[in-house]
Amino acid sequence: RCYLYMKTIERAAFPRRLWERVLLSKNYEKALEEIDENLIYWPRFIRHKCKQRFTKITQYLIRIRKLTLKRQRKLVPLRRKIERRENRREEKALIAAQLDNAIEKELLERLKQDTYGDIYNFPIHAFDKALQQQDAESESESDAEREEDDDDEDVDKREFVEAEDSELSDFEDMDKLETSSEEEQEEEEEVDKKASHSKSKGKTPLKGPARRKRPYIEIEYEEETEPSTKTKAA
Amino acid sequence: MAGEGRGAATGDGAGPPAPERVLFPPTFSVSEIKNKQRRHFMFLRWKQQQRKEKLALKKKRRKEREALGDKAPPKAVPKTIENQRVYDETTVDPNDEEVAFDEATDEFAPYFNRQTVPKILITTSDRPRGRTVRFCEQLATVIPNSHVYYRRGLALKRIIPQCIARDFTDLIVINEDRKIPNGLVLSHLPDGPTAHFRMSSVRLRKEIKRKGKEPTEHVPEVILNNFTTRLGHSIGRMFAALFPHDPQFIGRQVATFHNQRDYIFFRFHRYIFKSEKKVGIQELGPRFTLKLRSLQKGTFDSKYGEYEWIHKRREMDTSRRRFHL
Repeated sequence: RCYLYMKTIERAAFPRRLWERVLLSKNYEKALEEIDENLIYWPRFIRHKCKQRFTKITQYLIRIRKLTLKRQRKLVPLRRKIERRENRREEKALIAAQLDNAIEKELLERLKQDTYGDIYNFPIHAFDKALQQQDAESESESDAEREEDDDDEDVDKREFVEAEDSELSDFEDMDKLETSSEEEQEEEEEVDKKASHSKSKGKTPLKGPARRKRPYIEIEYEEETEPSTKTKAA
Repeated sequence: MAGEGRGAATGDGAGPPAPERVLFPPTFSVSEIKNKQRRHFMFLRWKQQQRKEKLALKKKRRKEREALGDKAPPKAVPKTIENQRVYDETTVDPNDEEVAFDEATDEFAPYFNRQTVPKILITTSDRPRGRTVRFCEQLATVIPNSHVYYRRGLALKRIIPQCIARDFTDLIVINEDRKIPNGLVLSHLPDGPTAHFRMSSVRLRKEIKRKGKEPTEHVPEVILNNFTTRLGHSIGRMFAALFPHDPQFIGRQVATFHNQRDYIFFRFHRYIFKSEKKVGIQELGPRFTLKLRSLQKGTFDSKYGEYEWIHKRREMDTSRRRFHL
């Protein structure tokens, strides 16, 4: 609702009574007429300007009401100190992360764990090594049989059967863990234990007996250990 | 004071050459000299002396080590922030059954059981500017089976039921500020958790140096590094749920989410095995870093949602060695 304020020169001496107030009607046209009849003896120019101002005010009031109904953008102030701190920490974390090395290591790990199956020709080398190790460590016959079983199995099957034992944090392979059977799990365990001799030496012996006690499927998560060589961010 | 006397005698003008061995009496403190030039000079000399001592110490230690030969004690491991990290009690133990059970029954179980195929909807906030638009497009090429739709003033709460009806599994909203993308809201649609990230250091494909060609349509592999705590695990699963389950190894592409000190770095590479022990990677695709701000239980709802985790600056940023992801 708008008010019309009028000022007369006779009252200039009394500031409190200087302005006279009239409430205008809600209807736009009627309000214009009221302005006209209130400012009847005032010059034409002033009346016109007053009506223009009134128009503008009503328009922006309408717009305000419309906008408050829509979703409004909430402005959140940035805090400079915090922004700077976070940027700096991000840079340091980036340096400490050594992403390229980490990715390469992970890919090589997966290659070793044979998640890629037979696509690449390299695994022969690792396979031979594994063979030799197994022959050396345990009785040859039973292991050789198991090896042949591995060979004869399909690529896919072999993928998931071996993948379950590997230190995967890759969740795309997790379902393979869940769908593998117990027997294969126990069977493959030993083979993989000896095959993955490189990194998991400390871990696999633990895994073996632990696994045997619990028949259900366990999921392993990979934890990246930070190479403790050089880090600028300390 | 004896020290000050020496300073007055020697530290004049441009500074005469420092003697070989300067003996600073223990009661002498460099900060007591009032004259700035002399103080500065004395401070430099003190610093030089400290450095010399340190060097001498190092040499001695190295000699001892060589002298001992094989019997020398192993080198001390340098302390890094990751080494000194405050132990978080929610760290997931690889053999934890409770965690395994939880993960088998949470919202991502249908994905991991291969019952659902991910379908992603990427959108932005109102009126996206050029950079954001291009970033959205590139993100769409990186994530298979994703669609970009623009928002012309549509409320999120209203499009969510529509998305669920059209069988989308995930929704990504990229928030924009001053013509650069700076926030990411990732929500798993059929009533799944919603994560709100702060996105920084976004690089489009053309800004990456030595990049390869465009990412092809093959399904990439996913690498998730360093997600140790419970919270980190759920976030990791969220990311994994974006990509289809069977990576096509022919494509030789890999998307990496690497978590380091609560910052998640996203990279997209193409790899090639040069030999058995060597792999080459070439970066293609956009890169960005994310920092988790909040994790909500249900779908996106800022007022009535149940927050599982919010980053509270006062409580959580107290120690430099404490990380939550």
